[in-house]
Amino acid sequence: MGIPVRRFDAVIVGGGGAGLRAALQLSEAGLKTAVISKVFPTRSHTVAAQGGISASLGNVQEDRWEWHMYDTVKGSDWLGDQDAIEFMCRKAPEAVIELEHFGMPFDRLENGKIYQRPFGGHTQNNGQTPVQRACAAADRTGHAMLHTLYQRNVRANTQFFVEWMALDLIRDSEGDVVGVTALEMETGEIFILHAKAVLFATGGAGRIYAASTNAFINTGDGLGMCVRAGIPLEDMEFWQFHPTGVAGAGVLITEGVRGEGGILLNANGERFMERYAPNLKDLAPRDFVSRSMELEVLEGRGCGPHKDYVLLKLDHLGPDIIKQRLPGIREIAMKFAGVDPIKEPIPVIPTCHYMMGGIPTNYRGEVVVPKNGNDETRVNGFFAAGECACASVHGANRLGTNSLLDLVVFGKSAGDSMVKYIKEEMPTWKDLPADAGELSLARVARLDNQTGGEEVADVRIAMQRTVQARAGVFRNGANLKLGVEEIQQVAERVKRTQIKDKSKVFNTARVEALELDNLIEIALATLISAEARKESRGAHAHDDFQHRDDENWMKHTLYTGSDRSLSYKAVHTKPLSVDYIPPKERTF
Amino acid sequence: MTDIDPIEMKRIRWRSRRGLLELDLVLERFLARRFDSLSQPQLVAYRELLDLPDNDFLDIVNGKADLGDPALMEIIGILRTI
Repeated sequence: MGIPVRRFDAVIVGGGGAGLRAALQLSEAGLKTAVISKVFPTRSHTVAAQGGISASLGNVQEDRWEWHMYDTVKGSDWLGDQDAIEFMCRKAPEAVIELEHFGMPFDRLENGKIYQRPFGGHTQNNGQTPVQRACAAADRTGHAMLHTLYQRNVRANTQFFVEWMALDLIRDSEGDVVGVTALEMETGEIFILHAKAVLFATGGAGRIYAASTNAFINTGDGLGMCVRAGIPLEDMEFWQFHPTGVAGAGVLITEGVRGEGGILLNANGERFMERYAPNLKDLAPRDFVSRSMELEVLEGRGCGPHKDYVLLKLDHLGPDIIKQRLPGIREIAMKFAGVDPIKEPIPVIPTCHYMMGGIPTNYRGEVVVPKNGNDETRVNGFFAAGECACASVHGANRLGTNSLLDLVVFGKSAGDSMVKYIKEEMPTWKDLPADAGELSLARVARLDNQTGGEEVADVRIAMQRTVQARAGVFRNGANLKLGVEEIQQVAERVKRTQIKDKSKVFNTARVEALELDNLIEIALATLISAEARKESRGAHAHDDFQHRDDENWMKHTLYTGSDRSLSYKAVHTKPLSVDYIPPKERTF
Repeated sequence: MTDIDPIEMKRIRWRSRRGLLELDLVLERFLARRFDSLSQPQLVAYRELLDLPDNDFLDIVNGKADLGDPALMEIIGILRTI
C-alpha cells in the first residue's frame, strides 16, 4: 500500500505573493506547475501588507536604484548581501511596471504615472533627504498584488491545490530535492508530489512569539520542513518588532497615541519611561521604548496574571480628545483588549512583525548550503523566495516596503531559475527514494497513537511565552542562555503532543499539531542563534554587547537542526556592478 | 440551500483562518462562542461571508461598510459585537 504519487514539473509550496509570482514564470514557460496552499491563495498573509512596494521610478522626485540600494544596505545594518540587494533594487522599477501591466490598480499621479508616497528610511543621495519611493494601491497594496497575480496564474493554467498542507521535503540519496509530501485536508490523505523542482514560498513564522502581528497561518512550515530535511536556516536571530501591540492579540496601536499624550505604566502604576529616558520619556525612539517595556516585564513589574505586559494609559486625555483624535484606537482597544481607553488603560507589549532570516538562498532563488568546503553549494532542485527565504536582502533589519518588492523580484528570479534548471538539467524526473513519505506517515501516526501527552495549545503557548520573554526586543546573555534551556524543554514536550480528534476529514487539530512541529524548529533556531551573537546589529539588540562588531560578527548565522549547532558564512560584500558600500555607524 | 453536515462545519472552521490577524481574532472568538449554536440558515450565511476578500470582510466587521443581504448582516451584527 504505497503513498499515492502525483507528478509535476514544478511544485510550489505557498500561494502568497512570492509563490504566485514564481508560478507564473513556470506556467507561462509551458511547465506543469502546482501551487499548494493551506488557504485560498488570495487569503494569504500578503493581503496584510498595506504600505506599498518601493521602486526608484522617480515619478514624484528624482530617484536612482543606487540610492535605494544604499538605504537597503544601511537598513540591513550591513548584514545584507550586496549582490542580492543590488539585484533587487535594480529590478524594482521593472517589477512594478510589470505588475502595472498585469493590471494591478496602483494609485496614480495626474499625468497618469504611478504615484509614489514617502516611507521611513527611503532617501535621496545616500541618506541626505527623504524620497517618495513607495508605490501603493490605496491601503490595499498586498491585496491588489495577490489578486492580480492569482488572475494571471489562472490564465496561465497553474494548478492550485487549495487546503493542502505540505508536510516534508523529499531528498534523494544525493541530497537533491525530488518532491514534497502533502496532506489533503478534505480527505486527510497524504500524497507525494513528485517534481523536477520545488520552491518554498511559505512566508513568515511570527507565530513563534506570544505577541505577533502575523495571521494564524504564519507557522513557518517551509522552515520546519527544511530543518527536518537537513537544510540549515540563516540569520534566525533577526526579527522586526513594533513597540505597542495589544497584549494577547497582536493588533497594533499606532505610535501616534503616545504623541497625543498617552503614557506607559508598569504594575506599580509608575510612568517608567521617565526613568529610562528622562527627557523624551514616552516619546523616545521606537526600539528604546520597546526594550524599556520588555525590561519592566523581565524585572517583574509587568501587569496581569502572568505579569507579561505593561499599560498604555489614555484616560487623562479626556473622552473628547480620545473620541475626536483616536477613534480607531478606541475601537481596537475595545474589540481586542476588552477595555475602553476612556476609562481604563490598554495592555500593550512589543509585538513581532517580520522575520528577516530564513532558508539560505542566492539572488537567483537557489537554496544554497555548506558542502565540501563551499559555503554556498546549490541544493539541486530546491528553491525559495519571499519571507521564508534569506537572500539576504534585509540583513539585520528590513526597510519598510521592501517586503512586497522581495516577493515579486525574487519570486520571478526563482521562477526563471527553475525554468532554466528544468529545461536544461532535468529532462526527466529523478527517482523517488525508497522511503519517500515515510517520515510524514510516521509523524502523523505518532500523533494519532500518542497517549498521555499534552494538548497542542498548551505547548504552543509555552513556546510562545518563552520566545517572547527570552528572544524579544530586550536581549542579554543571561536571559538568552535561560531561553535556550527553556525552549529545549518545550521541544521535548512538542514530541508528545496529543490530539483528541483522530478523524481524517478536515481535522484542524491535526493540522495545528503539525504546524507546531514546524514552529518549534524555528523557535529553537531563533534562541540558539540569538544566544550566540555577541553584538548588537539591527533588530538584534544585545544589552551586554551594545555595539555592532564588524570585525567579529559581520557574518551570517547558519543553524543546523539535527544537532542544534551553528556555523557562519561571509556576508557578500561584492555587488554585481557597483562599488561596495562600506559599513558606517547607523544613525538617522 | 444545502444542509450543512458536521464535515462541512469542520471545513467552515478551517476557512475561518484568514490572511489578516484581526479577522483571525474575531472569527476565533465567534467559533468558540457562537458557531455551534447557529441555525442552518445562519451557517449558510456565515459560509457565504467567508468568501469575501479579507480586506472587504474586515471593513464590514469594523462597521466601515455594510452588505445588502439581511441574513448576512445578521451574522455581521454578531461579529461586530463579539
